[in-house]
Amino acid sequence: MIDNSPIRTFIAHLVLVLGILIVAFPIYYTFVASTHSLQTILRPPLPLLPGDRFVENYSEALFGGVGRIGGVSVATLLFNTTVVALGIAIGKIIISLLSAYAIVFFRFPLRMTFFWLIFITLMLPVEVRILPTYKVMVDFGLIDTYTGLIVPLIASATATLLFRQFFLTIPGELVEAARVDGAGPWRFFWDILLPLSRTNIAALFVILFIYGWTQYLWPLLVTNRNDMNTIVIALRKMISFADADTEWHLVMVTSMLAIVPPILVVVLMQRWFVRGLVDTEK
Amino acid sequence: MATVDLKDVKKVYPGGVEAVKGVSIAIPDKELCVLVGPSGCGKSTLLRMIAGLETISAGTCSIDGKVVNAIGPTERDIAMVFQNYALYPHMKVYDNMAYGLRNRGMPKDEIDKRVRTTAETLELAHLLERRPRELSGGQRQRVAMGRAIVRSPKVFLFDEPLSNLDAKLRGQMRVEIKSLQRKLGVTSVYVTHDQLEAMTLADVLVVMNAGLVEQLGAPLDIYEKPASTFVASFIGAPPMNLLPLRSGQLEGAVSLPAIPANAATIGFRPEDCEVGADGAASEGGLRLMARVLGVEPVGAESFLYCEAAGGRIVVRVPGRTAVAVGDQLPVLARREKVHFFGSDGKRV
Repeated sequence: MIDNSPIRTFIAHLVLVLGILIVAFPIYYTFVASTHSLQTILRPPLPLLPGDRFVENYSEALFGGVGRIGGVSVATLLFNTTVVALGIAIGKIIISLLSAYAIVFFRFPLRMTFFWLIFITLMLPVEVRILPTYKVMVDFGLIDTYTGLIVPLIASATATLLFRQFFLTIPGELVEAARVDGAGPWRFFWDILLPLSRTNIAALFVILFIYGWTQYLWPLLVTNRNDMNTIVIALRKMISFADADTEWHLVMVTSMLAIVPPILVVVLMQRWFVRGLVDTEK
Repeated sequence: MATVDLKDVKKVYPGGVEAVKGVSIAIPDKELCVLVGPSGCGKSTLLRMIAGLETISAGTCSIDGKVVNAIGPTERDIAMVFQNYALYPHMKVYDNMAYGLRNRGMPKDEIDKRVRTTAETLELAHLLERRPRELSGGQRQRVAMGRAIVRSPKVFLFDEPLSNLDAKLRGQMRVEIKSLQRKLGVTSVYVTHDQLEAMTLADVLVVMNAGLVEQLGAPLDIYEKPASTFVASFIGAPPMNLLPLRSGQLEGAVSLPAIPANAATIGFRPEDCEVGADGAASEGGLRLMARVLGVEPVGAESFLYCEAAGGRIVVRVPGRTAVAVGDQLPVLARREKVHFFGSDGKRV
């Protein structure tokens, strides 16, 4: 800012710190709870400092298995969720890259019809078409499979539109230069279009990974077996209405573990993510 | 290396717009042909049809005696330099130049040799590891040239390659392109809207207007004998003075040369005018009184903007001038420097 008098700086920081405290405290408290025994958690008040059962709780959850969800370990849940989130993110990116490529760079009959068909699916989110989709998955025998979890969520009008907009900004001369240089459609896609789209792909990957990671309704419907659950569904199943039945310490551990991978993805891809959002690098 | 032959080439866009209305040009081997004309005259479309980037609606285009209408740009063995260079932004200069060669399956060591030799010629050797965005406009231009040269194609195609450079660099690159083209002896087609570039570069100059060839020939022949009022006003800067004739007479002229019966316009170039000369020089020439409206000294010469014979004319005088706004001047153009055009705009 223009004016950096100490009072202003102090107030600004105060507001920021307060904001962070409000946002971060519940997460901290979850962490605290995940390091205490069930008895400590059930006997209020909960201490404000971490307890001594960090290693025991985490190893029990990760490798031992949680009783209320049929003894499945959190490690399995993490693996399932990673497969699903990666599958959705990568699948969506591939499909939308290819469809945007076709729509922008090729002239074929009904091109605009296809574009509008894709566009219209924006208005039909998963929730609207959930029953027919479920029926199709049952008929194909895809309940309790990774395919069943991933495929219905892959088609993405949003990502297709995003790539379409980006491809439209690529100058026609570049396409022509590639043609004169003897690059066919696949070479052009692979050698020129993909490298130019990498920041967009990275940004989209982060968003889609988190989208996939936090899916609730679809995994809830399409998985019955406990060992095919995603972590979000399993968390829900771990919690019983009767407080005494719930292994709260393990629920807290699972919650903590569930937020680690999305945070890792954001932190590791932050540089790419920000660049993808702010500049087009041309 | 190769000749380029266009026979009655037409381009009709879907929707019925006719961009090129039947153009025939024969470009001899090793010569540089410049297509010049105002924007929208079809010169770029014509170039893109030679490149294979646009389909040819009618007529034939042959390169090296072979009709290439149905052949894609890759197989035509041409190289093109684009207006905005069209360098691949994510590739280093080296890869930009090597890309076309790699796609043709040339062995690695051969590619390396060619790229380095070409870079040497264009003084790009120290920039091979840079990316296009780290280069200046002039350097990018050179890389674009290098990408074309390294392929040693049958034909070079230039699409207004200098229009993004500043005036000084443009002049420099113009000379360089010309000498490079001479040295390599590659048949070239060059599109520009800049008449100075057209005049200085061309072996064969083609002036185009509204999808048709207005005049085709050696640059100086076109300058000296423009085939129409359009060419007369397009080639030369400032353009030729054109004054309308009314029933074979020019209003306000002191003396007139013999006027052909069907002439409707009289023309003379600003640089062919003499101011204040009289006597023998004016014999059989055009002489008229002009009132000075403006004076533009540019150093080596000055331009006088005048009103004469019911129209506006420009007169060039060498060096400084003492003429002031509002002066009345006798202006003279010798008989052999006066042009006549018919009512259809064609030379008579």
